Amino acid sequence: MIDQQKLYSIWVYLQAEPLFWLTLTIGAYLTADFLYRKSNLFPLLNPVAISILLVSSVLLIFDIQYERYFDGAKFIHFLLGPATVCLAIPIYKNWQLIVQNSKAIVISIFIGSLFSILITYFLSTLFHLNDELILSLLPRSVTTPIAMGISELIGGIPSLTAIFTFTTGVIGASLAIFVFDLMGIKKMEARGFALGLTSHGIGTARAMSKDTKAGVFSAVAMGLTGLITSILVPLCIKILNI
Amino acid sequence: MLNSIFLIFLFQLLGELIQKILEMSVPGPVIGLVLLLITLLLFKKFNFKFSKTIKLNLFKSAENLLLYLPLLFVPVGVGVVMHLSFLEESLVRVILVLVIGTLLTLALTGFLMEKLLKDQK
Repeated sequence: MIDQQKLYSIWVYLQAEPLFWLTLTIGAYLTADFLYRKSNLFPLLNPVAISILLVSSVLLIFDIQYERYFDGAKFIHFLLGPATVCLAIPIYKNWQLIVQNSKAIVISIFIGSLFSILITYFLSTLFHLNDELILSLLPRSVTTPIAMGISELIGGIPSLTAIFTFTTGVIGASLAIFVFDLMGIKKMEARGFALGLTSHGIGTARAMSKDTKAGVFSAVAMGLTGLITSILVPLCIKILNI
Repeated sequence: MLNSIFLIFLFQLLGELIQKILEMSVPGPVIGLVLLLITLLLFKKFNFKFSKTIKLNLFKSAENLLLYLPLLFVPVGVGVVMHLSFLEESLVRVILVLVIGTLLTLALTGFLMEKLLKDQK
């Protein structure tokens, strides 16, 4: 028998080391991915969403500070940067396809990004959210660092924007397929593009895991939306007088 | 393998440096992506020769890492869940804005793109 004292000291040791949190994160992801496959790729069992729920439950049950967890899990988080650079490879391999459709891409980026900002503003006003929340919500469709930057610039709260951006990503990645089926959107390029424009990296991760062409159009949409939104949001605020 | 890790890190580093120096609102890794893409396209255009093994390794490493892209969002996502209580009584309304807004944007953009894309065999 191991006595309580010893068990506690082992637990204290594990909490302080990255190994435990890395194993937990990867384990949760593998479990979520397994469930997703077992369910015949049921969209609501999105692997990202389920792994987050699994890890959060562990932290809440054992009353662990998020900062402590992140201190270990940051090694996984770190790879997000290099992975973003890697998106250049599938884009390069499908360059011809992008050049052929450059007109469609430019038009859709502009209209889609503008629509995303305006519908967020319209709905927020409809639901009587306060100005601080509205400003933090507006840039939610672009990749988190850009969204936080825009939020700061226009007087929103960047950490709230990070939450809204992330949630938008998970919502898009989990529910997009229902919208596409309902609207008869069949082309993989169009599906990926819409995912990247609305749900940035999380949408792109989703698209990439389904189909390379979808992933490529998603990555292109994600990058261009980031650029155009950082111009459009401040412009919209001026015009709408928020 | 090590070659490709070095190249990927190097392009990210260049991206981060450019972002800091020019104080751009675009994140460093996205600039790194653009730089790597431009480099590859230039190599192809001017028919520069560079080691085929390095190139193949780079492609393989990149595609392998991209397989696990969803996993990389988990650490930040956990933070989002842990901080949801900040929103208090606005939570339900905010979620409604997010869900409705996201679904409508997906529908419009997907529809637009479906119509505008050139048909190809």
